Amino acid sequence: MSSIEQKSIDPATQEALRKAKEENIKTAWDRLESQEPQCGFGQLGVCCTVCAMGPCRIDPFGEGAQAGVCGADADTIAARNLARKIAVGASAHSDHGRDVAHTLAIIAEGHSHSGKGSHSHDYGILDVEKLKVLAQEYDIDTNKSQEQIVKELSQKLLAEFGRQEGELTFSKRAPKKRREIWKKLDIVPRGIDREVVELLHTTHMGVDNDYKNIIKTGMRCALSDGWGGSMIATDVQDVILGSPVPVRSKVNLGVLKENYVNIVVHGHEPILSEMAVKASQDPELVKLAKSKGAQGINLAGICCTANEVLMRHGIPVAGNFLQQELAIITGAVEVMMVDVQCIMPALREIASCFHTKLVTTSPKARFPGVTHIEFTIDKAYEVAKQIIQLGIENFSNRNKGRVNIPKQEMDLVAGFTKEIIFQILGGRYRATYKPLNEAIISGRLRGLAGVVGCNNVKQTHDYFHTALVKELIKRDVLVLQTGCSAIACAKQGLLIPEAAKEYAGKGLQEICEAVGIPPVLHLGSCVDNSRILSAASYIIKEGGLGEDLSDIPAAGCAPEWMSEKAITIGFYFVASGVYTVFGAQPFATLGSKNLTDYLTGGMEKDVAGRFEFCDDPLKMAQLMIAHIDKKRRALNLKPAMYES
Amino acid sequence: MKQLYYDVKKCLGCKSCEVACAVAHSLSDELFKAIKEEKLSLPRKKVFFSKAKNYPVSCRHCKDPKCVDACMAAALTYDKEKGMVLHDEARCVGCWMCVMVCPYGAVRPNLKTKMPLRCDKCKDKKEPSCVKACPTGAVIWQEEVK
Repeated sequence: MSSIEQKSIDPATQEALRKAKEENIKTAWDRLESQEPQCGFGQLGVCCTVCAMGPCRIDPFGEGAQAGVCGADADTIAARNLARKIAVGASAHSDHGRDVAHTLAIIAEGHSHSGKGSHSHDYGILDVEKLKVLAQEYDIDTNKSQEQIVKELSQKLLAEFGRQEGELTFSKRAPKKRREIWKKLDIVPRGIDREVVELLHTTHMGVDNDYKNIIKTGMRCALSDGWGGSMIATDVQDVILGSPVPVRSKVNLGVLKENYVNIVVHGHEPILSEMAVKASQDPELVKLAKSKGAQGINLAGICCTANEVLMRHGIPVAGNFLQQELAIITGAVEVMMVDVQCIMPALREIASCFHTKLVTTSPKARFPGVTHIEFTIDKAYEVAKQIIQLGIENFSNRNKGRVNIPKQEMDLVAGFTKEIIFQILGGRYRATYKPLNEAIISGRLRGLAGVVGCNNVKQTHDYFHTALVKELIKRDVLVLQTGCSAIACAKQGLLIPEAAKEYAGKGLQEICEAVGIPPVLHLGSCVDNSRILSAASYIIKEGGLGEDLSDIPAAGCAPEWMSEKAITIGFYFVASGVYTVFGAQPFATLGSKNLTDYLTGGMEKDVAGRFEFCDDPLKMAQLMIAHIDKKRRALNLKPAMYES
Repeated sequence: MKQLYYDVKKCLGCKSCEVACAVAHSLSDELFKAIKEEKLSLPRKKVFFSKAKNYPVSCRHCKDPKCVDACMAAALTYDKEKGMVLHDEARCVGCWMCVMVCPYGAVRPNLKTKMPLRCDKCKDKKEPSCVKACPTGAVIWQEEVK
């Protein structure tokens, strides 16, 4: 049994875990203990449940069966299992993207303004400039009326999902050389849904038995997420809800307030939570909250829904993935409103230990016996109000004696996008990536790192994220973050400009001070990893750092990953030429030496990117820095200016 | 002294005990490393399937061990205090007589190392690794039933 200090480095999490223990409430950490030791066949990826002749297992010690009933060996079985995870991860992000594109279509039809009078609260177009940029990418005449542009764009975006041939429009953002690599390998993403379906088809019994070919199809599917579904989700959310700009806020369980009605939004999609933000400021509801003895309504977020409302409205973040149960354990949450993805089934039971009402909102994600208030776009604001009202009415049920909110909260700055980086570095009137490229070329900046992903109870919560990122910025690597990784670093105070002075190397410090940015930039939720791809494409376009994404002195990392989405993100980064390190535990492929060797080596010949699996954050940093330095040498750049 | 017992009604045949056994007897004692060792560790217990039931099988450490009698090199001895059949690798000649005479088929030959594979109740550990590895509690570690 691990100690509380081994479970998390975050004091707020530790305090909540102590309370959980006192009250004998089981959390993910306890459930991991009761699962241990976990199935060896599963961990190695050599259990096949594809057909009813199985389940079959390959003996990892070489003595027993080396083939399933159908003859599939460890390579085929492990590759198929991994491919199915890629398909699920891509589906999650892309289905999110579809819903956003669909919202745009409904805005175009004017549905959100029909019915009983006009809903001034419902959706519109908040970033007209970005609408036009996207319209141009889709060859839509931007001189047309805004209504017409929205209509045509939404149709074209939705068509990307059912597209059968050609290439996804946003994938044309990638540099020419990268697209040639995709073409040569025949992994150009054609249609978002098609790539998922085709990948699943290849994993059916008796279809693709060549592990390299399975991974190739997997890469194409992942690209249809990164340069398709996720990119649509990010960019169209910016159009509808407004593009983020740098914003200050607070993070950690301490943002929950004792005398307020606490409403926590959790999950991944911002379309409804956007309305929750507005409803939480509704004078009528605030008045109602006060009439119940509360000082007001306090909205906070968990996971990527948190990141979305943080980026656009500065709504505070209560915590990352592993803190979802702990937020309820504070005893101070009236409503936890969830949408999709990364919502632990355990929340139902944890909520039942307190007065907290868990409310599901998506027809795709329901919990048995849990209040379901379904979100529809035409009734968005009404639904949000209804849920918040539920929270207000629940305030009087709070048992004050059981409230224990950890004090910890930390300042952060979020709201960086590929467009904002332009403006911050170049200035609003001469927006350009030139200063960034020049900083890398001169060696003031060693390079860039994308550090993203989840939490995983198998590792000390937040430790891998923060130890890795601290080491990277110390060595003058500018870190771009999304998801629960960004929240982890925010809690440690790495997302404030002042962090540069304390943690960053001299070169990065100079840049941060000159333009007033933190050394770690929060780019948003996990679909917003697509912002990193777009930004990298701009860097190549700006010139001086090679012709392909793989030429940039940069590396990616998911230090505490756990979800299938993380696997897909890893694959679209690698297939885009990025050296990507995974922590926590390796993909479940170790039972196949051939496949594992391909992922961590052979792939590089095909796509100029590869995976690395590592279980030590400082070693991860060394690996990433070694790769960045290798890329600097390949570009004939001088070593980092302040080489330590 | 404690012995291994099995509740065959609970055994689902997942072979987790086999994997845990092989890992426990590897050099590294870690799954991800054990499968890469030069001399692969092999499990000392096997799950057999017969008439719709699964039977985890490992050395019963019989009080009247046929294998000890059959061992021509005197590599096998019965330790009354520990209640265990002990195997002295230095003496073993790999004749497989112990494999032949075991009434349970619980001793297996490792053809690579020329040594028989026999449960040693994970002698260095608090309890045999298969006990914790069993997700259904079919492997039971308890005082001997007289």
